[in-house]
Amino acid sequence: MWEYTDKVKEHFLNPRNVGEVEDADGVGEVGSMACGDALKLTFKVDDDGRILDAKFKTFGCASAIASASALTELLIGKTVEEAEQITNDHIAEYLGGLPKEKMHCSVMGQEALEKAIACYRGEPDKKPEGNLVCECFGVTDRQIERALTDNALKTVEDITNYIKAGGGCGQCHETIQEIIDRVNGAAAKTAPKPKRLTNIQKIKLIEETLEREIKPTLNQDGGDIQLVDVDGNRVMVKLTGRCAVCAMSEVTLKDYVESKLKELVAKELVVEEVTS
Amino acid sequence: MKPVYMDNNATTQVAPEVVEEMLPYFSQFYGNPSSMHTFGGNVAKKIKEARARMADLLGAQPEEIVFTSCGTESDSTAIWAALRANPGKRHLITSTVEHPAVKNLCEHLARNGYRVTFVPVDRLGRLDLNYFYDHLEDDTVVVSLMWANNETGVIFPVEEIAAHARKRGAVFHTDAVQTVGKVPINMAENAIDMLALSGHKLHAPKGVGALYIRRGTKFAPFLRGGHQEHGRRGGTENVAGIIGLGKAAELAAAQMADENTRVRDLRDKLEKNLLQRIPNSIVNGDRENRLPNTTSIAFEFVEGESILLMLDEYSICASSGSACTSGSLEPSHVLRAMDVPFTAAHGSIRFSLSIYNTEEEIDLVIEKLPPIIDRLRKMSPFWSEAAGACRTAV
Repeated sequence: MWEYTDKVKEHFLNPRNVGEVEDADGVGEVGSMACGDALKLTFKVDDDGRILDAKFKTFGCASAIASASALTELLIGKTVEEAEQITNDHIAEYLGGLPKEKMHCSVMGQEALEKAIACYRGEPDKKPEGNLVCECFGVTDRQIERALTDNALKTVEDITNYIKAGGGCGQCHETIQEIIDRVNGAAAKTAPKPKRLTNIQKIKLIEETLEREIKPTLNQDGGDIQLVDVDGNRVMVKLTGRCAVCAMSEVTLKDYVESKLKELVAKELVVEEVTS
Repeated sequence: MKPVYMDNNATTQVAPEVVEEMLPYFSQFYGNPSSMHTFGGNVAKKIKEARARMADLLGAQPEEIVFTSCGTESDSTAIWAALRANPGKRHLITSTVEHPAVKNLCEHLARNGYRVTFVPVDRLGRLDLNYFYDHLEDDTVVVSLMWANNETGVIFPVEEIAAHARKRGAVFHTDAVQTVGKVPINMAENAIDMLALSGHKLHAPKGVGALYIRRGTKFAPFLRGGHQEHGRRGGTENVAGIIGLGKAAELAAAQMADENTRVRDLRDKLEKNLLQRIPNSIVNGDRENRLPNTTSIAFEFVEGESILLMLDEYSICASSGSACTSGSLEPSHVLRAMDVPFTAAHGSIRFSLSIYNTEEEIDLVIEKLPPIIDRLRKMSPFWSEAAGACRTAV
């Protein structure tokens, strides 16, 4: 269960300004059914450029509904110029805070507002600029860069919480990390490219690693390991001494021996135990 | 306020009879069943009784039952045991709709040198049997398929599949966490090698489970240690939990008929009325082969978390396949594997009943839910344009 503030709960159960303003001057629609939430914001502006009325329709969770309700309350009575200054932080603040996994609900409010203001001014509907990074939620690198700088975000998880990117299949996590490193100035440390090993080099390196790194550790627990064969990337070993009768040997093999070899020799290696 | 509890596939109320049976084993008879003295020995006798009661519910022999700490431990123990007993084989078969206890372990194995076939399901959540038979091979070490799905209640024909798996020399394991106590099981008449169950899904407490291991099945323990459970699961027994599970098994056997008549009727009444009163609502899963207590209904164009929180205002407890409730952004892997469209997956609600539910409770949900859906739809930007226009066939 989410820890929602009383204000979020109150706005969810009694949302203000639900519906659509008739003859709206500004209309902003964001989100989609596939994404799991969507918001349509409409507002009416008087002759002095002041927002007379604002209404919303939302498909989404409790915090999405509360964020949209809060947004309309923040908008009504403000001039369009003042409204332009409203950010997702203002929406979250108005609600006494949102769980971090739900910050994207407030971001959705800000995005709908930007679109509605652009619509009011007759600016063409801007397609999000940049290259698509997260295909599941249709987020571009520019949007990620902006979320990073606007909200001082640091991790891929932060990005997912704010703008959903990376929250689906997860295939874009590396790209998002690269963008974070670039934007946050952590000069992307490119690891030296592992050079391709010939078979003999690979086997030698496996032998060396076993002798130097792995055996001494196993010996401490009274166990030992023997290299039986190497076939492509399959490393066949025999656990001896105490390891041979240890229930945890499967874990030792995968979590220790294999990960050590992957780290120090080649990441494609798979270790298998030969029993006889 | 007493909750209107319809989330029994998540966990169940511990039966009062079970609590009563357990209580003396905390402070009065606290002996260790492994001890030599009579004080401990009496506890061992009580565990023996629990094992016999558990075996009776499954149509098994007492020595085929190993008590564990939970369903996940039982699943892990079974799959690892099969792998260790057959080190030469590298292929596993499971389905795309398993509980994380099996799904995440199989995905882990797939990243670590094993080949794993994930058998798909159709739109009704039924297993693609032809796909399964096509992928069963001599190298298949273990087949792990759930008996019934936790989200939809759809039952897989595991007994039929187990017979085929045995012919090809593969170990057959089933996650029966949702099945035990809800539908009759007779292990004497099938070819299932291992079966996992969990106490807290059948009115026993959390923290106890069991694994059925057919006599003659090659086995290696997951937890090595003392000689408890005949060396098949080290660690001092969760005495009170095991005694509670034994009592719960006995009660389940006695209440099986009630579960499959009265509880089924309540579920059917709830489902029928909600479908009638709420347009654009669809049952997820095969209604022909389903647990008697479960219904998963998709309410199109609204979002599950909002529905649950509005039900919560009336102390009605259910669960959802929506993304927002799980903390992830993707809706349930089960509903996605069934190709339930996003319009419906995000608004899916699961009601899972137990023998403790009453007709009044069902009537309350039938009264309260339709206006909630109506209210949320009126708020939804997708509803006005969709209303009536794209009514999906039920």
